[in-house]
Amino acid sequence: MSTTTDTPVAPPPAPSESTSTGRVGDKVFSGLSRGAGILLLVIMAAIAVFLTVRAINAISENEGNFFTTFEWNANATPPSFGIAVLVFGTIVSSVIAMVIAVPVAVGIALFITHYAPRKLSGPIAYVIDLLAAVPSIVYGLWGALFLVPHLTGFYSWLNDYFGWTGFLEYQGGAPRSLMTVGILLAVMILPIITNVSREVFAQAPKMQEEAALALGATRWEVIRMAVIPFGRSGVISASMLGLGRALGETMAVATVLSPSAVLSAKILDPGGGTFAQNIASAFKEAGSFGRDALIASGLVLFVITLIVNGAARLIIARRKEYSGANA
Amino acid sequence: MKLQRKNRLRAVTLGAVAVSGALVLTACGSDDNAGGGGDKGNAGAASKIKCAGEGQLLAAGSTAQKNAIDQWSKDYSAACSGVTINYQANGSGAGIEAFNSGKVSFAGSDSAMKPEEVAASKKICKGGQGVNLPMLGGPIAITYNVEGVDDLVLDADTLAKIFDGKITKWNDAAIKKLNPEAKLPGSKIQAFHRSDESGTTDNLTKYLQAAAPKSWKYEPDKKWPNQSGQAADGSSGVASQVKQTAGSISYVELSYATGNEIPTAKIDTGAGEPVEASTDNASKAIAAAKVTGKGNDLAMELDYTTKAASAYPITLLTYEIACDKGNKAETLKATKSFLAYAASEQGQSSLVKLGYAPLPAEVATKVRSTVNSLS
Repeated sequence: MSTTTDTPVAPPPAPSESTSTGRVGDKVFSGLSRGAGILLLVIMAAIAVFLTVRAINAISENEGNFFTTFEWNANATPPSFGIAVLVFGTIVSSVIAMVIAVPVAVGIALFITHYAPRKLSGPIAYVIDLLAAVPSIVYGLWGALFLVPHLTGFYSWLNDYFGWTGFLEYQGGAPRSLMTVGILLAVMILPIITNVSREVFAQAPKMQEEAALALGATRWEVIRMAVIPFGRSGVISASMLGLGRALGETMAVATVLSPSAVLSAKILDPGGGTFAQNIASAFKEAGSFGRDALIASGLVLFVITLIVNGAARLIIARRKEYSGANA
Repeated sequence: MKLQRKNRLRAVTLGAVAVSGALVLTACGSDDNAGGGGDKGNAGAASKIKCAGEGQLLAAGSTAQKNAIDQWSKDYSAACSGVTINYQANGSGAGIEAFNSGKVSFAGSDSAMKPEEVAASKKICKGGQGVNLPMLGGPIAITYNVEGVDDLVLDADTLAKIFDGKITKWNDAAIKKLNPEAKLPGSKIQAFHRSDESGTTDNLTKYLQAAAPKSWKYEPDKKWPNQSGQAADGSSGVASQVKQTAGSISYVELSYATGNEIPTAKIDTGAGEPVEASTDNASKAIAAAKVTGKGNDLAMELDYTTKAASAYPITLLTYEIACDKGNKAETLKATKSFLAYAASEQGQSSLVKLGYAPLPAEVATKVRSTVNSLS
């Protein structure tokens, strides 16, 4: 969380030998924390190497085009598989989830920090926390047994009024589609975005809020001028955390989605697939080559997640330049 | 800060209550297909099981067999305290792979070993090879959810067309012809298939290819071959979708249909009366099967076009795979003793309540004598 203030902050003392008092405890602790840092890098590198080696093994024998083939027939002879449908499904479902979850999460966070009476804000915050504690398979079961049968009416309504757009057409039948997955994912990533946003908004400088009030600003104007600009980068990183979860969600998607090797823009109709869902469905009966192929798809998801995180860091870094003026 | 603390405490207790409430609710929600007693007859079992060997018996393979092996293990361990059976249900392919790399004493598989798998098994079975021992069967039920229709009859050709998306309405002429009495609605047919690779899909597609070659042009496979209809994960996923989706049809092992109380279609095989999916009728189909394996290998081929009276053709036959010669010395005795119990009358009769079809007497006798000859 970036907590920039008006007064220029003295640069933190460099973590050099000079800060160490030479005592045993000091040395042990700096060694431990350095070790933890290095361990993280080693683990990430090890995962990347493992994924790459197994993926190359699979891709080199792939008869189809890894990027444009729709079908996933890794266990067939000759194997032919591609990630086109999976990339599309993963991104579309995650984007739907973000579109639904981010505004709601920011709304909840603002309500808790700036509108709700104290008596109410605590319990609300913890109910949101509870959402995060529900295992994803439970979400999946809820999605498959409750959400799916109850969305038919809503989708028919969407079809009636927005069917002309093409991608909101709905043929009827059990709506186990990317849209449903997106809605389910939105519920699942809501708590993580809400919590981080709430922490950020709570840290908005009180002085500025009060200054804005003193100038005659309404509460909405205070939020617009003092709170949101301050929290923007925090909300972005919160959204990226949520997006990371949405991209990688496995069991809930596998339970709700009706996967097929069809790439269709009609997001209300069943079909499509995501990386994690495909791995979960195909892993059980996969042979050793099939497993390598799945790992290759896992590598792509790994790369997509890295890109998303990198993009988020870039945005936050750019925002920082302005935040001095805004905060 | 202090205020927040207080709230926190209150919220935590509130949360704890909500969580425990949720736990109680979810506990009620899970449906248990493995259920069914099993404690009955243990006392009798103890007297008849011939115990031999000791230690841990590792096995792996087919998920379709899991409930049966669990039942057998329970009864067997109750009688023979020296042996514990550890069956890992990780899929037929993984089971054969584990067997061929010498990790397990026997494997469970939904299909007989392929020639290259037999060749690979010769490395592990010194002086012998892996053999297929049929151990149990099971009907694959065609389940459906059509309001007002309790007694649906279908045949192979109609099924193939439904699963291929060629028949799309419940009041299609082909279905009407088979069900002249039923009030068939004009609604769309929602066909569900398995999204994961599965032996059930493999067996259904084998049946469709053999019994309806004109309407089913796909090769049998564990993976669903076309893009028609919807997919759901696992037998339980498919069963729950059929239960809640009007106008749906799918295929699951019989235990999932009875467990979820979904009606099953009868199959018109051309044998006078349409045949119901039941364990008895599946056993009759296995009795009509031919042994195609040579020597100790008892691999069987089901006759999917059988017209034998009340033989249910969509039947799955699963095997245990062990070495005919050159089994691991330390577990040989336990393997033989356990498989002998599984193939015994008592072991087979405990299957029915789990929704499996026991082997017909003739086949079981062959399996028992082969198990005895393992070395």
